[in-house]
Amino acid sequence: MPRRTDLETILIIGSGPIVIGQACEFDYSGTQACRVLRQEGYRVVLANSNPATIMTDPDFADATYVEPLVAEVLERILDVERPDAVLPTLGGQTALNLAMELSESGALAERGIELIGANAEAIATAEDRERFKQAMIEIGLSVPASGTAHTMDEAREVVARIGLPVVIRPAYILGGRGTGIASTPEEFEFVASRGLAASPISEILIERSIAGWKEFELEVMRDRADNCVIICSIENVDAMGVHTGDSITVAPAQTLSDVEYQQMRDAAFACIRRVGVETGGSNVQFAVDPRTGDQVVIEMNPRVSRSSALASKATGFPIAKIAAKLAVGYTLDEIPNDITRVTPASFEPVIDYVVTKIPRWAFEKLPGADSRLGTQMQSVGEAMAIGRTFPESLQKALRSLEQGRGGLNADPAEVEVDGVGTEELLAEVSVARPDRIHGVESLLRRGVSVERVHEATGIDPWFLDQMLAISEERAALVEEHGTGVEALTSMDRHDWRRAKRLGFGDGQLAWLFGVDEADVRAARLAAGVEITYKTVDTCAAEFEASTPYHYGTYEDTTEVEPSGRDKVVILGSGPNRIGQGIEFDYCCVHACFALAEAGYETVMVNCNPETVSTDYDTSDRLYFEPLSVEGVLNVLDAERRSAEEGGGRLVGVIVSLGGQTPLKLAGSLPSELVLGTPPESIDLAEDRDRWNSLCARLEIPQPAGGTATTLEHAREIVERIGFPALVRPSYVLGGRAMEIVYDEAGLEAAWVAIAADGSLGREGGLAAERPVLIDRFLEDATEVDVDAIRDRTGEVVVGGIMEHVEEAGVHSGDSACVIPPVGLSPETIAVIEGHTRSIAAALEVEGLINVQFAVKRVGADDPAAGTGGQVFVIEANPRASRTVPFVAKATGVPLVKVAARVMCGATLAELREEGLLVPPTAGSHVAVKEAVLPWSRFPDVDALLGPEMRSTGEVMGIDRSFGLAFAKSQLAAGDRMPQSGTVFFSLADRDKRVGLEAARRFADLGFELVATAGTAAFFEEQGLSVAEVVAKVQRAEGDPEDGSDGVALIEDGRVQLVVNSPRGRGPRADGAHLRNAAGRAGIPLLTTAGAASAAANGLAEWISEDLQVRSLQSYHRDPTPAPGGGSG
Amino acid sequence: MSTTPAAIVLADGTTFEGEAIGADLPGGLGTGEFVFNTVMSGYQEVISDPSYAGQVVTFTSAHIGNYGVTPADDEAPSVHCAGVVVRDLARRRSNHRSTGDLDGYLRSHGVGGVAGVDTRRLTRHLRDHGAMPGAFGTASERELRDAAASAIGTDGRDLVATVTTSSVSVHPALGGAGRRIVALDLGIKATIVQQLVELGEVHVVPASTTAEEVLALRPDGVFLSNGPGDPGAVALVPDTVAALLGEVPIFGICMGHQMLATALGGATHKLPFGHHGGNHPVRDEATGRVEITSQNHNYCVDPDSLSGIEVTHVNLNDGTLEGFRSTIAPAFGIQYHPEAGPGPHDSRYLFGRFADLMDGGR
Repeated sequence: MPRRTDLETILIIGSGPIVIGQACEFDYSGTQACRVLRQEGYRVVLANSNPATIMTDPDFADATYVEPLVAEVLERILDVERPDAVLPTLGGQTALNLAMELSESGALAERGIELIGANAEAIATAEDRERFKQAMIEIGLSVPASGTAHTMDEAREVVARIGLPVVIRPAYILGGRGTGIASTPEEFEFVASRGLAASPISEILIERSIAGWKEFELEVMRDRADNCVIICSIENVDAMGVHTGDSITVAPAQTLSDVEYQQMRDAAFACIRRVGVETGGSNVQFAVDPRTGDQVVIEMNPRVSRSSALASKATGFPIAKIAAKLAVGYTLDEIPNDITRVTPASFEPVIDYVVTKIPRWAFEKLPGADSRLGTQMQSVGEAMAIGRTFPESLQKALRSLEQGRGGLNADPAEVEVDGVGTEELLAEVSVARPDRIHGVESLLRRGVSVERVHEATGIDPWFLDQMLAISEERAALVEEHGTGVEALTSMDRHDWRRAKRLGFGDGQLAWLFGVDEADVRAARLAAGVEITYKTVDTCAAEFEASTPYHYGTYEDTTEVEPSGRDKVVILGSGPNRIGQGIEFDYCCVHACFALAEAGYETVMVNCNPETVSTDYDTSDRLYFEPLSVEGVLNVLDAERRSAEEGGGRLVGVIVSLGGQTPLKLAGSLPSELVLGTPPESIDLAEDRDRWNSLCARLEIPQPAGGTATTLEHAREIVERIGFPALVRPSYVLGGRAMEIVYDEAGLEAAWVAIAADGSLGREGGLAAERPVLIDRFLEDATEVDVDAIRDRTGEVVVGGIMEHVEEAGVHSGDSACVIPPVGLSPETIAVIEGHTRSIAAALEVEGLINVQFAVKRVGADDPAAGTGGQVFVIEANPRASRTVPFVAKATGVPLVKVAARVMCGATLAELREEGLLVPPTAGSHVAVKEAVLPWSRFPDVDALLGPEMRSTGEVMGIDRSFGLAFAKSQLAAGDRMPQSGTVFFSLADRDKRVGLEAARRFADLGFELVATAGTAAFFEEQGLSVAEVVAKVQRAEGDPEDGSDGVALIEDGRVQLVVNSPRGRGPRADGAHLRNAAGRAGIPLLTTAGAASAAANGLAEWISEDLQVRSLQSYHRDPTPAPGGGSG
Repeated sequence: MSTTPAAIVLADGTTFEGEAIGADLPGGLGTGEFVFNTVMSGYQEVISDPSYAGQVVTFTSAHIGNYGVTPADDEAPSVHCAGVVVRDLARRRSNHRSTGDLDGYLRSHGVGGVAGVDTRRLTRHLRDHGAMPGAFGTASERELRDAAASAIGTDGRDLVATVTTSSVSVHPALGGAGRRIVALDLGIKATIVQQLVELGEVHVVPASTTAEEVLALRPDGVFLSNGPGDPGAVALVPDTVAALLGEVPIFGICMGHQMLATALGGATHKLPFGHHGGNHPVRDEATGRVEITSQNHNYCVDPDSLSGIEVTHVNLNDGTLEGFRSTIAPAFGIQYHPEAGPGPHDSRYLFGRFADLMDGGR
């Protein structure tokens, strides 16, 4: 069946901001879909609020709407663009939910728009748990047995039928209160009666517990001729009970016999057919009882998922691309397999290696959060590694996480688990937590049996034995070769090969032998043991592959082909983490595109399966490898050789686009290969003393400060500069462990957190070469971010100047910001531009630089301000910043493409001539970037902004005025501002003045105001009346339950918006109760006066103006305001 | 964890290093035709499939032996393959079904092999240069080299005679309305018998059984099984099939399919490296549906050499013939393995077609 010709325009819905559970895998899938559908000749309209994505690049769609992903906005887009169909299966749960909403409200039907990929009926069948369960039972598949009960007698009947253990959940209870697991009749009596008591309708759901069962996933594709194939099987190392997104997973499945696998395959097909997903990809999850082999279906996603992205990278089969083609009518046998080119996509990939995925969490950034892993996903990113065997891929994946680990222990950090007693450690590993796997290895190494560890963890004995093989090898290495340099000479080719084939990194071997990593590398190469690169080809080498998608392993021969072209290696940004995410993948991908257009062969190195950069057709060559010194040096060697053999040239390696990850490697790479800004300048910008003298020489004012390696020294500095002070470690991204301290106690606490035994210990810790930076904190200042490019001739182009909405002190990644600046005078902007130019020149930047400034508000007096004027430079980073994609989308200038060319020697003048460097769009639109924070996932964490970044993603609001753009950004971030009602103010003294302005605006808009005593008094004093004064924030024990306290006000739904700026941080602070109450009640919360002020202004316009949507292409092609647009 | 170094030397002199697994071989070496199989599960079924007689099977999947072995997964009572090559042999098995480990299984069946091999390099070599004879084992490199040079492939050898049953066995029906099927054992797999007993009572007879002897059993249908090696070298069977054509409905799988084609006057040729795996797409020309198939053959039927047939199934990877039916007699052949074991169940409907064919002949 050929492609459908009755469709012309297709709307693809993206997944919005990066949040936990929905990350850049949907940028990958959406980007593929956009490309494919345009190649097929369709007009593609895209809606996605996330400016950091590659898919929202104006080149990928005919009309790109960076607008809030809510139904009313989507309807406007439907009206403007009149698509024939909506494709909702490539934008995660967000897109699926929106499509369902539009379908149910009739918005699609009344416009004659069709859902393609999955219809509403199929989505509902898969998403509604009860409906899904019934559907599975109907086709004869097993699901966990369950029943409901209203009395203990009924409960006993149910459990007699389904057997113990069971999970008991009371009905109509939020947050899991009264839920429990019962394994014995006694426990059952207790938990069931407790559950019945907890439920307001005396109803409990009793379900067979499958915790401890093995968990599997199958990725299925189906076309409209009903051809079904399995793309990949995935087995979880962690047993049922840990969310699959939080589990270590392996592809292909390792412990299923063919009989069991085929049974599962048949069930997956039956499932997708019954649910009714007509075309595209779905994943079906199964649990298997290890004792009996009983299989049950857990759930299915009727769309491309995180697992689909993993499966695509694991097999080389581009699920999203194929799903998009199937959605427009092709059948699998009509689509060629890109990798072999000669065989069709209607097959099942086979792989001759093992893929391991390990999640990365951010608990260190979320003090107070419970790090136990469970049924709700908490990880923020993941690394994937490919090895020929499980031990090799496991160790590579652990290295790829970039959490200071060399692999599965055998590194300095192992002391942490090795120091724990065996019984205690056995108890520890029985609870899944981020580092559990290292504890498991430590136990195996001590001789604790596989059986015992299996019993404690539920991890399959096969996986445990593979880990034991790693432990045994490490013992054998030291036993056979001793330690020190003699060990290196004692290792022969066979020995090296054996160790490397089990995945030991040179760093681990260096630690085991007590020598330098460089010496290990030299000795290994001298023994003739070099890495070989094999190819991911979907077919285990049965057919020739035409895509050089490689992974490193230690085998006989390498498959890297000679090349005759000039090549540039681009280092990616590794696993997503808070502070380093999709923005940097955007940068790396853009560099690939720009350099490919300029005729270079592009070589990508990365280990994040969610990204566009690890798509095999983004670069000319892809190495799916850890971004470690060893990993990158190996790739450079292979590429140098490929160039030598093919007559090409290895031009160099780009380290400045992937965030901190590649930058940290720069110093260990051959300096002649590092393109762009010299590594020396990167150090100069990071080295506080040298940076200070540079600023002094340039006569650019800085906040007073100093560097310290001891607490004593830190106290001396603070004595000199005064409180408040900003305390932060050097060489970190995302404000890791950064704190503003207001007193001596705060300084001490911050110091402990940073010092070696604190949470930063494993990330490198505190050392003389990595001192702590202490600066005077500028209160009442506006922060400004600048992204600029300088070329080798010294010309500087300022890409964008962003004014932060929140006051200085909130991490730039967590702060909303606006382009163009709305509160800076032309003079101030000129000063900022001038400073940026001179800093870029002094750092000899070739490529991108980001500079952060603080602008002291007029009238504010501060002894630390000195005499240098009002603009202070905070820091400069000669690399791509997080804001670059936002700037590009706001201004229409492809900054990274320009920068990549500049790094390879082009001048800005040449690029202007070429048409790549264009002037910023001259329109009167305003773009606001807003951060999206993970508070809802971590109810125990105080929802406060501060100098340490905690946001997982961002959205952009773009409109004809600042107020409207800000309002859109809030809506896009998930905070729907109330249009009427009551606003609750509770402000710290320093915020009262700005907060008053906001309160006035809210009052003008007809809102009632309530406030805590101090705030109310200030408002009244300034002539603003407050409807109710809240005497207490929270009811103390013994107080009457009269609902007069702040928490009660929020919980009772009597306020619609909370504005609370912190006096201090932590559970004891009053504000925390208010913030947590707002979080629980789902009431919008603003924690800075700046944000409150922007929100009040935005709301005023939002209420009075029409909702308008406009594509980026329209903004940048036709910079005049859209008809009917207000001037703002 | 002590291992004995072992090596592989192919007929063209290419060598691979590894360590010995399975049985200790006489003289420390074994020979055979090296082929590769891409299944990711089902190693025991592959190893015990009599069609691998004379061949050394290289598994492309990295870890083999993970879930152990069980008699339930045996495709034949004894193992006929000449050896097994893997990248990694599991040290420990884990599955509730397993009753033993793969290494012990290989030992008890006298099959040797090599582990730790760069099997991807070996696979690429076989892909580029074709399946080829070779030697493997713990013997010296010189001994292996000599053995490899004189090792023979499967061309021109009647390997069916080495694997067929010597006596008739009768398998009672588990369904099938009183049908009787005679299955000519050219190396029959247990999974095929399991599928056939769903259709009726099955008499498994030796390959040398004559047409008269077959017809004397008054079958409703005759099944021609899978089997090893070169179809051009198989004695007698094509004549037997020719004599049965038109007398009784016939269904042939794999070697049986090739025997049917030969009986109809068709020719077979050797594929460069054969089809061995569980993921080949085949299109049913009647419905247009694509089925994912289990494959194991080195030779294939040349469709242009046949007349009076209709092509029913085509391999979508390389366009080779995967199935046909005679337009003259009630007979059809399928090159791949619709019974699965190992592999997908997509094609089991073909046994239903056999039932329909038998019923049409009643």
